[in-house]
Formats: sequence, structure tokens, C-alpha cells
Amino acid sequence: MVDHASSTLTASLQGSARRPLPLTESAGTRTALIAIALGFLLLSLLLPLIVVFAEALRLGFGSYWAAIGEPEALAAVRLTMLTALTVVPLNAIFGVAAAWAITKFQFAGKNLLITLVDLPFSVSPVIGGMVFVLLFGLQGVFGPWLAAHDIKIIFAIPGVIIATLFVTLPFVARELIPLMQKQGTEYEEAALMLGANGWQTLFRVTLPNIKWGLLYGLLLCNGRAIGEFGAVAVVSGHIVGLTTTMPLYIEVLYNDFNFAAAFAVASLLTLIAFATLILRAILEWRADWQLARSRLH
Amino acid sequence: MTGGAIAIRQRSIIPGFGLSLGVMLSYLGLIVIIPLCVLLLKASDAGWAKIWMELSSLRTLAAFRVSFGIAFLAAAFNAVFGFIVAWVLVRYEFLGRRLIDAMIDLPFALPTAVAGISLTQIYAENGWLGAALATGGIKVAFTPLGILVALAFVGLPFVVRTVQPVLQDFDRETEEAGALLGASRWNIVRRVVFPPLVPAVMTGFTLAFARGIGEYGSVIFIAGNMPGYSEIVPLLIVIKLEQFDYPGATVIASLMLVASFVLLLAINLLQAWTRRQQGG
Amino acid sequence: MRIEVKDLTKRFEHTLVLDRINLEIPQKEFLGLLGPSGSGKTTLLRIIAGLEFADAGVVEADGRDVSTLGFEERKFGFVFQQYALFNHMTVFENVAFGMKVRPRGARPDKQAIADRVKELLELVQLGEFEDRFPAQLSGGQRQRVALARTLTIDPQVLLLDEPFGALDAKVRVELRRSLREIHDATGLTTIFVTHDQEEALDLADRVAIMNHGIIEQIGTPNEIYESPKTPFIFDFLGRTNSFDCVIEHGKARLGDKELVVEAGIPDGRGVAFVRPHDIVLSPPDDPEPTQDAKLPGTAMVRFISARGQRAVAELLYERRLIEAETTRESLKQLGFSIGDKCTVSLRLPRIYARREAEKQTGIPERAAARPLLRKRLRSRLSATPY
Repeated sequence: MVDHASSTLTASLQGSARRPLPLTESAGTRTALIAIALGFLLLSLLLPLIVVFAEALRLGFGSYWAAIGEPEALAAVRLTMLTALTVVPLNAIFGVAAAWAITKFQFAGKNLLITLVDLPFSVSPVIGGMVFVLLFGLQGVFGPWLAAHDIKIIFAIPGVIIATLFVTLPFVARELIPLMQKQGTEYEEAALMLGANGWQTLFRVTLPNIKWGLLYGLLLCNGRAIGEFGAVAVVSGHIVGLTTTMPLYIEVLYNDFNFAAAFAVASLLTLIAFATLILRAILEWRADWQLARSRLH
Repeated sequence: MTGGAIAIRQRSIIPGFGLSLGVMLSYLGLIVIIPLCVLLLKASDAGWAKIWMELSSLRTLAAFRVSFGIAFLAAAFNAVFGFIVAWVLVRYEFLGRRLIDAMIDLPFALPTAVAGISLTQIYAENGWLGAALATGGIKVAFTPLGILVALAFVGLPFVVRTVQPVLQDFDRETEEAGALLGASRWNIVRRVVFPPLVPAVMTGFTLAFARGIGEYGSVIFIAGNMPGYSEIVPLLIVIKLEQFDYPGATVIASLMLVASFVLLLAINLLQAWTRRQQGG
Repeated sequence: MRIEVKDLTKRFEHTLVLDRINLEIPQKEFLGLLGPSGSGKTTLLRIIAGLEFADAGVVEADGRDVSTLGFEERKFGFVFQQYALFNHMTVFENVAFGMKVRPRGARPDKQAIADRVKELLELVQLGEFEDRFPAQLSGGQRQRVALARTLTIDPQVLLLDEPFGALDAKVRVELRRSLREIHDATGLTTIFVTHDQEEALDLADRVAIMNHGIIEQIGTPNEIYESPKTPFIFDFLGRTNSFDCVIEHGKARLGDKELVVEAGIPDGRGVAFVRPHDIVLSPPDDPEPTQDAKLPGTAMVRFISARGQRAVAELLYERRLIEAETTRESLKQLGFSIGDKCTVSLRLPRIYARREAEKQTGIPERAAARPLLRKRLRSRLSATPY
């Protein structure tokens, strides 16, 4: 018994002197895995990108500029910008207030509140639009009242904005809550002990501390506000030139078989998506925090 | 407050509780709580007869089968390939790794409508890949397979982003210990590295699954939207709304919310169980 | 400013964190709050500072309830354990913060602020570091910036939460000196919290030892060290050897002496606590009685370690281990080596009721456990053929 044990031991020791330890996959396996991953990504990510631009330019540059210059296209761009410019600051204020309430104080019911904040993120965007139709549509709760006062929300711009507000609500809060949780309350306590009041503390101490997280949240919120489709599709009524945001306008063009124009507008959104990704990467690189990676958007 | 009772709120020197909570609750109330309450109210308004009619309609059942079934398959697909991508990005060095890492978030950043029309152009019968596939007898666009492709695109980043940080922080020493004990590389990966990653994979799967169930913009272009065949639940809801069948729409929406909730709960419990099995 | 704490009580969930604390801190005193973690010392400090609120009781400054005082009248300076420096501001801006946030009317002008900042940075010896950011500073430097920052508001009381906790030993000693100098220069009433007894005894005018939410004893460092009222305090302040004895009629027999026991300690089983450096070793056959309590029989030297100036010896006496400490020279003079026998005498033992000692420290159990373990192990090993 003892002999067998010692010979195996010797053998394995000798073996390890000849062969390196398997601390990583063999070169062949590595290459294969990289190939699979890259191939998969090429097919699923790169190809759609190429297609957007190829299809947009299929009829040539002239056609491309014409499509983008159409008054309805410009109206769509304006509406998208208006929506983003309204929705992002509002949700930013909400995000800061919510994060302040949740992270600087101890009270019961925090989990419930956080779940509510996350709710728009976890339901289908169609439902996001639908709830406002149920509230403000012709047959909705306030329908008759709104009609009587000649106020249009559904099938009008206010509806588009409110629906987008719903779906983009969580983004800034979701970034700030873990970040401010991690930072704790010491900096604020220090500022207060030095004589600062609440607003001075917020603007001179808290906001600079969270600036990268806040910017990141704004970026994500903006990206989603620009690209939102499902919720807006339900409330807008697809009134071209009035209530079509860029994504809706793309749908209208595409359903009319106006492919090149649809992709032309889509290419603009794709460029914005690129810019968003680049800015995200810069922010992640600049900031020390890794919260962006440990949660999902 | 009697001695020993847990305070509803601890007093604090930090100001602004009332203001911040007030803003938060008003905002949430107006934009989230009230609208969702209206949804549930209208659904219960519909009456049992209507509810039963909707739920038992073949079209509804088919839509649920399509939405949930294909979302599941897409999430599973992304679990496998997402894991490989995460592994390759964390463990290996190669040209363009940083760039590709940043690109993983593309499906998050790209508007769903853009993804939708782009994927349709690729997989339509005369499309970039669709043409080649058609000669082999495979139709992607306007079939459930197209839905699968769309949902796979949309869900791609989830598993990658949940697995990456766990893999990054993984303690290499346990691998070294395994190697010193004589295990082969495959065994080390299978028995030492992979098990702690399972919860992360499952989280990513769950997120991708939840996203796939509710996805609209990237699916409706490529799906074909044929009732009973390639119609997804969100589209069914939209159609009902356009027909002013509010009760029908709310019933289906509520059912979708309930089903999603139950499924996510089940998966979370499964995750917790797995974690406990690993002594975590 | 004089601080008075009256019947301060605080609960957290179902635990009593502070139990009717009463404390009087005269003006200019340098007080240390010493205790293990969970003793409530930090909570007490934070309540005095106004960062937390008590469930009952009151804190008074110069006779007035602090909760009724506004910021101007109260002005307590607080230095956090992790300093809480504002990372996005330079050292200058950090120190100037307290002045810059004053309301319009009371705010000094730019030049006045700059002068005061420079003055304070000179005080803490960081004059050249104005434009650096906290991330570029060492722990000790950050500590000094935090101190300077808090001094800008002209505080009447200085409160420090584990001021040297995160620093290296050498930096700690230097900073201790600086802090003491600043205190003496400014005459500020200062309260600091620490779990390091050496620090507390070195720095403070008076030390309050806390445990489980109460102040066990308060007195000068000498008083506390030489006359610790409870077994907990004795054990907390340094390494402890314990010896059983019996208390009868207020006297305890220990070795060859009968010692008078402090009033309040009941008859019955007692235990004597002795510091390692109060264990006196002498040759085994030394018949000379000394003023120390000589233990009967001899002890065997099991282990010797000469660490720098000190030498530590581990002795086995009646199945218990004794830790003795002496200077290297003394040990050399005695000429002991491992295995030798020697006589043990106890100098300055402190007698407590055994029950109380067990409850508070668990010491008598600890000493007895180790030889038993060895015995069990040996018997197990002897059972297996090898």
C-alpha cells in the first residue's frame, strides 16, 4: 500500500516537472473559442450595423440627404429632441431626489420604493404606453373631461412625452442609488458639521461626488428617450409630421416600403447610438467606480 | 413610541427627507402608481366572462406560447453564447478586445425599431443572409425563427454583462489549486470555475428572458405577425387597443404581468436554491 | 466649553447601545473614550456632536441643552474616522469650506479666507500642500487636513472618531504628539474615541472606559492603569495572568501573603490579576521572602522570546501557563533557559470576585484550557500505532 502511494506521488511530481500546469486552455481551444465569440458577435452586432448604412445609401448620397431633409423627417427629429430635452432633466431631478431619500435616511419600506422605481424598466413598453391610453384616451378615465376641455394628450405630443417619461424614469435613479449607497452619509455629515445647509451640501458636496454616475445615468436616459418605440407607438396615433418620433417615422417609412428613406433616418439614430456607446466607455474609463458593470440596463 | 419598538424612521441630522421623499412619491404616484392602478382596475372591471373569453381564446394562447416560448429559447441561446463571449473577453487578450467590449452594449443603445428593420433586411428571403438560407430551405423572416433572431439580438448583452464582473473577480488561486491536485483543464473549468458562475448566468438569463417577453419594436418588423403563428403578446395588446377593446387589452396585459412575475419569482427561487447548494 | 452628559440612553433595534450615561467634561479637558467595538463609544461621540439623537437624556454645553442651540452657538468640530475629505476639492478648498458656506452676511472676504487657511495649514504643518487633492496625500496628511478643516469654524469643542485608526504605527506616534500640541495651543475641550489603550493612556487627561453601553471607570490614565475597578478594565488594558485565591473576611491568601481586598468585593472565590511585567522570577531555592506574594512550589520555563528590549517567558505552573515579561538584561542575569525551574512572585496583584471576572473576561477558563488540549492530543496519538 505504502509503496503504491509513494510511486504515484513520485510519478506526479516528476510529471509536473515535465509538463506545465493546466492554468489556461490549450492554444487550440483558445483560438476556437475566440473564433466562435468573434464570429457570433460579427454576425449579431456588426452585420446589422453594416446593413443600416448600406441600405441607407443604396440609392446614393443624394437620395440619402433628400430623405433626411424631408419636412416630416425634420419634424420627427424635432419631436425626438423635444421629448429628450423634456424627459431627461425631469427624470434627473427625480433620480437625485429618489436617491437622496433612499440612501441618506433609514426608514421602513425602502425595498418597496425601489421596486416601484424599477417597475417601468421591467414591464413591456407597450404596457407603458397602454396605461396612459387607459387614463387619457377617448374612452379612458379622463377621456370625456379632456375632450370637453379640448385638451389632447393621446394622439398628441403631450402623450408622447408622458409615455417616454414613464419608460425612462428609472435610469438615473438606478445609477445613483447604488453609488450614493456606497458613498454613505459621511461627506454630507462633514459638510453639515462645518456649517453648510442642505442645499449647499447637495450642490457643493453630493453632486460633485456623484457626477460621473449622474452623467452616465443621463446618457442612458437620453439614449432610451430617443430610441423608445413601443410605448410611443401606442399613444401617438402615428400622425406623421406631428406625433411621429424618429423611431415611429422609421416604421411609417418602412411599412410604406420606402426602405432607403427608413434606413436613412435609422442611420441617424445609429450614429447617436455610437456616440452614446463612446461616451459611456469614456465615462466608465474616467470614473473609478465599477457599478456600471455590475448591474444591467 | 414604546421602548423596544423599531422606529419607522431614525432621526437624522441630514435635511431634506420630507422634500426628497415628497418629490419621489408624487412623481412615482403620478407616473407609475396611478397609471398601473388604473390598469388593474380596468382589468378587474372586465368581468369574469370577458376574462375567461380572452384567456381561452386560441389567438391569445398562441401569442403567449410564442412570446414566452421564444423568449425562453432566445435567453437560453444567449446564455450559452453570452458565456463564451464573457469568457473570451475576460480571459483572453486579442486585437480589438477593448473595442469589442464596448460594442457589446450596442443592443442596449440601438433603438429597437432600427434593430427591427435591420434584422428584417438581413433575414428576409431576398436579404443579406436570408437569400442564402432560403436556398437551403430555411425561412427566417416572418416566422417564429425571425422572432428568435430578434430576441437573441436584444438579449445579447445581458448574460455577458452579468458574468463578466464575476469572472473578473474570480480567485485564480482555486484554479491553481485544482491544477496542482492533478485535474485536467476541462475538469478545472467544469468543476471549479463554472459552478460559482452559474448564479450569474442565471441572472443574465432571467433578465434576457424578461426583456424578451415584453419586446416590441425589434420583433414586429421581422415577425410577420400572423395570429396563432408569429404574433407576440405585446402586439396583441396593441391591436386590442386600436380596436378600442380596452377590457380585452387590460386582461391580456394583466395576464402578461402576472405570468412574468410568477416566472421571475420561480427563477429567483431557483437561483437562491442553487446558491444555497453551493454553500453561498 | 464645558460638556455635560446626563442620563443619555440610546437603543438600536432591540439592543441598548448607551445605558444612562453620565459624564462631565470640564473646559479644556482632553478626554479619551476607550473601549472595544460595540461599547457605544462612537455612538456617544456622535450624539454629543449632534450627528445622532438619543432616545432619552440630554447633552448640555455650558449648561444649555445642545439640541436647542443653532449652528453658530454650538460649533462642534468633528473629525471622522475616514476623514471624509471632499475628494473633488483641493486641500485649500477643503479647509476653506467652513468659511465659504457661511451665510452672506457672516462670510469673510476672499483674502481673509485665504489668510486663515494658510494659518491653519501652517499649524498642521501642511503649508505647501494647498493645491494638492486628497487622493495625492498620505493617510497622515489627510488626517491633518481634516483637522485643519474643522478648526476653521472656530469650534468650541473638538471631537475625533478614532483619529489614528487607519495609520501606521510610526505616523500614529507623530500625529499623537501634534494633536496634543494643538490641544495645548488652542485650549479646546477635546474628546476622542479609540479602541487602542496605549493611545488613550498616552494622550488623554482623563480616560473613560466603556463597555456594553456603560462607563466602567473614568479617571486619569494612571488611576485607570494602576487601579482598574473591574476585571474587564484590567484585561482590556493589557495582558493578564490570573491566579485563584479565596477571600475570607475581606482578606485573600495569595502565595505567602495575605492581602487586603478592596471594599465591595464579596467573600468567596476570588481571582488575582497580575500583569506580565509584575511577574517576578527568582532562582528556585531562593528562601528570601520579599514584599511580593511568592507562590509555593516552582514553575518550569517552557518558552523564552527576547523581542527587542523586552523578554517574554512562558512558564508552566500547576498546569497553567503564566506569561512573564522583563528586560533582556534581567533575564540574562537570572540565567534561565528552557526547562529550568524557578520561583514565581506576584507584584501588585489586583483581586476581583471570581464570578465577576469570569463573566467579564473569560480569563480563568482560557488559561486552563490549553494544557488540557495538549493532554488529550497526546493520549490520542499514543493510541494509534505508527
